[in-house]
Amino acid sequence: MEKMIVSSSPHFNTKTTTAGIMLDVIIAMVPAMIASVILYGFRSAAIILTCVASCILSEYLSRKVMKRKQTVQDLSCVVTGILLALNLPVSISPVIAAFGGVIAIVVIKQMFGGIGQNFVNPALTARIILMNSFPAKMTAWTAPFDGTTTATPLGIVNEGTGAALPSYLDMFLGKTGGCLGETCALAVIIGGLYLIARKVISPVIPATYLATAAVFSLLLGRDPVMDLLSGGLLLGAFFMATDYTTSPIHTKGRIIFAVGCGVLTMLIREFGSLPEGVSYSIVIMNILVPLIERFVSPVPFGKVKTEKEGAK
Amino acid sequence: MELSFPTKPFKTHGGAHVPHHKNTGAMASVKMPIPEQVVIAMSQHIGAPCKPLVKKGDHVYVGQKIGDTDAFVSAPIHSSVSGTVTEIKQIMLTGGQMTDAVVIKSDGLQEMDPEIKAPEEIKTKEQLVKAARDSGLVGLGGAGFPAHVKLNVGPDKNIDTLIINGAECEPYVTCDHREALENGQNLLEGIYKIKEILGVHRVIIAIENNKPDAIEALKKIADNPEYDPNDEVRVLALKSIYPQGAEKVLIQACTGRKVEAGKIPADAGCIVMNIGSVSFLNSYMKNGIPLILKRITVDGSAIKNPMNVIVPVGTQIKDVVEFTGGYKSEPRKIIMGGPMMGVAITGDDIPVLKQNNGILCFDAKEAALREPTDCIRCGRCVAACPMNLLPTKLEKYSEMKDLEMLQQLDIMTCMECGCCSFSCPAGHRIVQAIRLGKAEIRKAGAKK
Repeated sequence: MEKMIVSSSPHFNTKTTTAGIMLDVIIAMVPAMIASVILYGFRSAAIILTCVASCILSEYLSRKVMKRKQTVQDLSCVVTGILLALNLPVSISPVIAAFGGVIAIVVIKQMFGGIGQNFVNPALTARIILMNSFPAKMTAWTAPFDGTTTATPLGIVNEGTGAALPSYLDMFLGKTGGCLGETCALAVIIGGLYLIARKVISPVIPATYLATAAVFSLLLGRDPVMDLLSGGLLLGAFFMATDYTTSPIHTKGRIIFAVGCGVLTMLIREFGSLPEGVSYSIVIMNILVPLIERFVSPVPFGKVKTEKEGAK
Repeated sequence: MELSFPTKPFKTHGGAHVPHHKNTGAMASVKMPIPEQVVIAMSQHIGAPCKPLVKKGDHVYVGQKIGDTDAFVSAPIHSSVSGTVTEIKQIMLTGGQMTDAVVIKSDGLQEMDPEIKAPEEIKTKEQLVKAARDSGLVGLGGAGFPAHVKLNVGPDKNIDTLIINGAECEPYVTCDHREALENGQNLLEGIYKIKEILGVHRVIIAIENNKPDAIEALKKIADNPEYDPNDEVRVLALKSIYPQGAEKVLIQACTGRKVEAGKIPADAGCIVMNIGSVSFLNSYMKNGIPLILKRITVDGSAIKNPMNVIVPVGTQIKDVVEFTGGYKSEPRKIIMGGPMMGVAITGDDIPVLKQNNGILCFDAKEAALREPTDCIRCGRCVAACPMNLLPTKLEKYSEMKDLEMLQQLDIMTCMECGCCSFSCPAGHRIVQAIRLGKAEIRKAGAKK
């Protein structure tokens, strides 16, 4: 008889793999991708493909240069590529889009050690870098269907010109200006619910984030429905703030993290010079995650609290 | 305060939805004929190993005590066959430790030890503790903790609840399930007796709801006012989320109480006994035959005919497998116990121990180990941990041997149930790392 495999228990594994999870995230983004093509034409598809190709190539080459095991097959770079594209305006030059992919993967993900090691969300940080490098090109919004230039609803609010806002229904369906994947609330919500149903994400972060944002919007005397439906809030709450690597690993931490995201988003929207604050607030909270995890942790089963420990 | 019975289980944290694979739950148990020889290990329990009381060439009867010790945490060992001692040798047990084993060649007569008789009627706790020790009973749920130690609770503990553990949350294993179905009357008799002796007025028989037939069968007997006029014994259907049968989780699910870290169930007013243990104890009180037979589930992808077999303790695994019809394909992993907490062993020459409840033989495909990839911090291990720990951090600090952080994160609270490793999409062997971390802490503690 051949030698037996002797290993530590458990001798059972879930069927879920990292690649499987990433595939679920990709599937969840399909509605938003379809919406972007319907709203802004086939140029959207070209932008998405450019970003994905750039991310895959960046991942492949950086692993190769660093002489590390290939990780392209875990599909996380595809997720980053799609997310990045969904955060770009349709008029963006493909060169800039591809450049964004390189920043996301090479600088933010691989230089910090690859999957699971980056301290900020790669797609969001790449977007912020592009925003600061090419501010005009990154805010050239195109109206859906006709291709004329337009402003985003948040832009209209921020300018304070008194121009008419689009109706709630138009915002829900995405018939406004904005990034590829953020305008159609319907598509984002479908994708988010898919992720929750598949247990890829827990509802804690999106629910807390959105609720906090709505409450703060009300407190600041804004229109909470408009705030929820506009900008990247839904996309951020369902797809960005829930990024495993850059959000806390336990529920308590996740609540604090999401409240922070919500508060910061609304503060930037109301008081900042920028019309939108989702990217910045999530990235700021990303950076605070190690601190949150250091000070908040679940109480182990049957742990007896001693006073001294708390004082330390 | 009047104790109430829960109508539904209390909430417990985490757990994993493991596939059940309860293939043998509907099959009647089969009694295996006496093998040609048995190898009876002198360490079949948690605690001090026994010293052999027989030597080469001695004749032994069925039920004769062949191993014992003066240590408190231990249980005597009895022969499961009649015949001649051919050898006392060293064998390697599941944990890699060596132990004495008595090899007995069966004479096929199965002559019962003439000294065996039913113990006098048991009325006090002391008598019960003595009977439990004499019978050689160890926790039959798998851990093998000597039953007499568990029952011997100090007068300072206020025991108000007896929990009968029939959760059987390990995949594949169905021996408690079969015990409840085939031996329910005997089990309930045992429960009433122990309840009277311990003087508790609340007995909860806890069974996972994936065994509706067992719940139904026991309810029928437990709700019979003839036996239980005050209705103090009730069946509670647990959710089928592994590990409902783990002692601390079970106590929480049944009573809502939490056993504090470093404390025992008695500190939470509970005694937990396995279905098989109670049923055996009742038989022992009736006929005085010690623990020499054990029902085990033989299953796994390399087994031709999965079934529950009642085997003499000390039968070598290869004999048991052969009796069931042999291997379907070359086994690559043999597990004593269930797949979540059982121990992978080196070969099928190892004998069945008293606390064994399963023998699983996996083929190459089922035995294959996953290649671990990087942790993506998904938090599935954290969500799954019934002890509310942070497994991924324990893994990391175990690998770094950062004992201070490990203690700060309460590594010793981990019961190694395997939910974290099971749930990990990156295929990390978290429990293995945690075991190493615990060993480091014990080593450091021993040095001091």
